[in-house]
Amino acid sequence: MLTDLTLTEAQRKLRAGEITAVELTQAHLDRIRALEPALHAFLTVTAERALDAAAGADRRRAAGKDSPLLGIPLAIKDVLATEGVPTTCGSRILEGFLPPYTGTAVQKLFDAGAVMLGKTNTDEFAMGSSTENSGYGVTHNPWDLDRVPGGSSGGSAAAVAARMALGALGTDTGGSVRQPAAFCGTCALKPSYGRVSRYGLIAFASSLDQIGVFGRCAEDLAALLSVIAGHDPRDSTSMDLPVPDYTAALTGDVAGLRIGVPREVFIDGMQPAVEQAIRAAIDQFAALGADIREISLPHTEYGLPVYYIIAPAEASANLARFDGVRYGPRHAQGALWPTYKATRGQGFGAEVKRRIMLGTYALSAGYYDAYYLKAQKVRTLIKQDFDRAFGDVDVIVAPTTPTTAFRIGEKAGDPMQMYLSDVFTLPASLAGIAGASIPCGVDEAGLPVGMQLLGAAFDEPTVLRAAHAYQQVTGWHRRAPAL
Amino acid sequence: MVAYEPVIGLEVHAELLTESKMFCTCAVVDSTSAEPNTVVCPVCLAMPGVLPVINRKAVEFGLMVGLALNCEIPAFNQFARKSYFYPDLPKGYQISQYEYPLAINGWLEIDLPDGSTKRIGIRRAHLEEDTGKLTHVDGHSLVDLNRAGVPLLEIVSEADIRSAEEAEAYARKLRAILQYLGVNSGDMSKGVLRMEPNISVRPVGSDDLRTRTEIKNLNSIRSLARASAYEIERQIALYEAGESVQQATMGWDEARQVTVTQRVKESSEDYRYFPEPDLPVLELDRAWIEAVRAGLPELPDAKRDRLMAEHGLSRYDASVLVAQRAVADYYEQALAAGGDPKQVANYLIGDVFRQMNLEGRERDDIGAILLTPQALAELVTLVRQGAINHGVAKQLIETLYAEGGSPARLVEQRGLAQVSDESVIGEAVATVLDEHPDEVARYLAGEEKLIKFLMGMVMRALKGKGDAQVVQRQLAAQLEARRK
Ligand SMILES: [Zn+2]
Repeated sequence: MLTDLTLTEAQRKLRAGEITAVELTQAHLDRIRALEPALHAFLTVTAERALDAAAGADRRRAAGKDSPLLGIPLAIKDVLATEGVPTTCGSRILEGFLPPYTGTAVQKLFDAGAVMLGKTNTDEFAMGSSTENSGYGVTHNPWDLDRVPGGSSGGSAAAVAARMALGALGTDTGGSVRQPAAFCGTCALKPSYGRVSRYGLIAFASSLDQIGVFGRCAEDLAALLSVIAGHDPRDSTSMDLPVPDYTAALTGDVAGLRIGVPREVFIDGMQPAVEQAIRAAIDQFAALGADIREISLPHTEYGLPVYYIIAPAEASANLARFDGVRYGPRHAQGALWPTYKATRGQGFGAEVKRRIMLGTYALSAGYYDAYYLKAQKVRTLIKQDFDRAFGDVDVIVAPTTPTTAFRIGEKAGDPMQMYLSDVFTLPASLAGIAGASIPCGVDEAGLPVGMQLLGAAFDEPTVLRAAHAYQQVTGWHRRAPAL
Repeated sequence: MVAYEPVIGLEVHAELLTESKMFCTCAVVDSTSAEPNTVVCPVCLAMPGVLPVINRKAVEFGLMVGLALNCEIPAFNQFARKSYFYPDLPKGYQISQYEYPLAINGWLEIDLPDGSTKRIGIRRAHLEEDTGKLTHVDGHSLVDLNRAGVPLLEIVSEADIRSAEEAEAYARKLRAILQYLGVNSGDMSKGVLRMEPNISVRPVGSDDLRTRTEIKNLNSIRSLARASAYEIERQIALYEAGESVQQATMGWDEARQVTVTQRVKESSEDYRYFPEPDLPVLELDRAWIEAVRAGLPELPDAKRDRLMAEHGLSRYDASVLVAQRAVADYYEQALAAGGDPKQVANYLIGDVFRQMNLEGRERDDIGAILLTPQALAELVTLVRQGAINHGVAKQLIETLYAEGGSPARLVEQRGLAQVSDESVIGEAVATVLDEHPDEVARYLAGEEKLIKFLMGMVMRALKGKGDAQVVQRQLAAQLEARRK
């Protein structure tokens, strides 16, 4: 089946003329039509537009032209602005909103010839770990429809895992591509902060947000990252550094690679199957000749509280623009303040409101020093932990999540339990370093386990190299859910 | 009776005349005349997902002002978010500098009426973005975001100002500096320059700072001076009546010439400032700062001192000429066209300004009058050469101001050339003396002020064109001759 190809395999077949972009796109659209009722990975499917783009790609190829992603069908998380295509952030407050512009990363995909299949579901404004906070219904995990796909990029993860798209863009603020990749048994990479332009990424927490990529193997991640990485004059926080050849980094060789295992990650309460799978993966790396070292990231335990001060603080300001004045539904009440209250009160869901309130509180006069400023100081300590560790090792291996995918509704009533599912992914976001999640096993119920591979800032090549080498000798990433 | 003194600080917001806005590429336009919401883009509309990019030119302009105001320029600069909800603020926060402003600890020197000078401290100058504008019609509010994101420099003085006159002097000097630097037009009526005094009064000799009020909506420096004077008196009257001053924002009612309470501040608003995560910290390169400093144009005080030294102008005249950049430019253009520095100054300050006052024209607008600096220089030269006399020159200024044109041609067309011919003037003098035997007799009897009357009669006979010196000499001589 065309949908079983990896992105890289599809590229080869397109280039060889064995398949056309229209066939490839149609196959994915068919699969979306078949599976969407069960999964609800998409908020918008742009079928017509996708087929037009695919036909255009075929014409270009027929004219002897090629480009890195020519004719490759992809899914885009609905927090990324796409001109003229509904972009809701999973929020009712942006219902019907058609952006007047396309963000940089998506535009780079288009320029590289990619075909957009549609916009994927997300927790509202990327705030959540299950997509249960979407204003438009939950996405189901392709491995078990009663379970969550993770979040916030749950729609993108489910779409790639269920073979509805060859790859996808997501966003990661505290683990939002890595955690759903782990839950859905697919691969994802959160690039270092500043590696990919955030222009067009509808901000949740500006100092943490980063656009990430989903694919079914390290090679696919490298292909996608190569296209979207790089400096953007529209984003002053994007770094003006050369973009390495990520595909060339996939040597298949990790002999001598220094791999660190933080002693802080095997915590009480971790699901035994997860720990076993991670330990087995570490043994696998050892067998490949990697140099396994125990390291310490002593401030890991503060990642969660620090994140839940900084991210909501930034969000409280970032979400102030949704006031019903210029776009989005307006619940007019005659006077200004009642209109603001009705518009925001009805437009935002409970979790978004909770975080706006948390953040507003943390920034308030008299509390700023005790919360926001202190959190920033601890954030620096967390960064220093990683700096020290990467003096000693090249890559850090850790579980992506403490458990496999949980049941829909299981944690919805308990924000703290929900927040804990990101406990392993938050530190890398706070430190702004590179992090991938790849499948490395299953639990008793056959649900995927994800392994996190962390690299120093801008050392995506080493992260991808380790992931790729692992995938050369294991088959976890090739498992597909039975749908 | 307790004597009171006011304690005044001035907060000034100056839009910067950059080509593009503070954080996007939209043009900076006259927002009082542009069609609403035509100079906007996703960034300044705060569309979801957009990001700000700092305008380097705005930083440079801010730097120029900071340096001109003798400020320290810290190497570390940072933008912050100032959060509040209002429809003219698209993002729900304003990007501004808070903890780490562009410039700090400067001063500005003002002239006091007694001829001395005083330094007013500059606490800080920082960059931010302007808001949009709301227009209220029929119970609705219309939002125009053309102005949203225009670079704004906020200049905050220390509370060193002690009278409405000092506030006015400070305002005029600061406005002149902004104009000289070419970073602001100084037009308060269009709101591109906004000055807000905060005022309290206290018994002379006291060190305490009492409750202050802030005055907004001042559309000219004249209003600033009047509103400040009024507010000082209002507060003194309250204390004298045993009442207290409420912390409030006052408006200036131009029609009634009174300050009115707009909003009482019960507690200070919490803007929840925090560092802007979308922008990197701004570290200013020392070499760049020094290059900007070296490139600063001549500023008003330096120009005043130079005009005094080079051309022997009085401090008063020189100060008047440098007070607006447009006037200084006009003056220097007239000099460049060969005008005598002192004479040009005299005619400019005396006659040209009178014409402008009659017309109600602002001095900033001098560049647009029909009497060009070249024509004024030509006129002055005609006087110096004796081609016309002073009285004719004054008449010509009226004509040239109203119609423009060349002074030499006008003199020719209207036959205004000075009459210096001794015999023509001698005849006119003789006739006038013959016709006024009474006055001549009284003059000769010691009523010497009558010479002025006789002089005027001779000039009238010569249609105003007589050479004043020759007329005077002839008159004196012929009167003496009649003494026998
Ligand atoms: Zn703009």
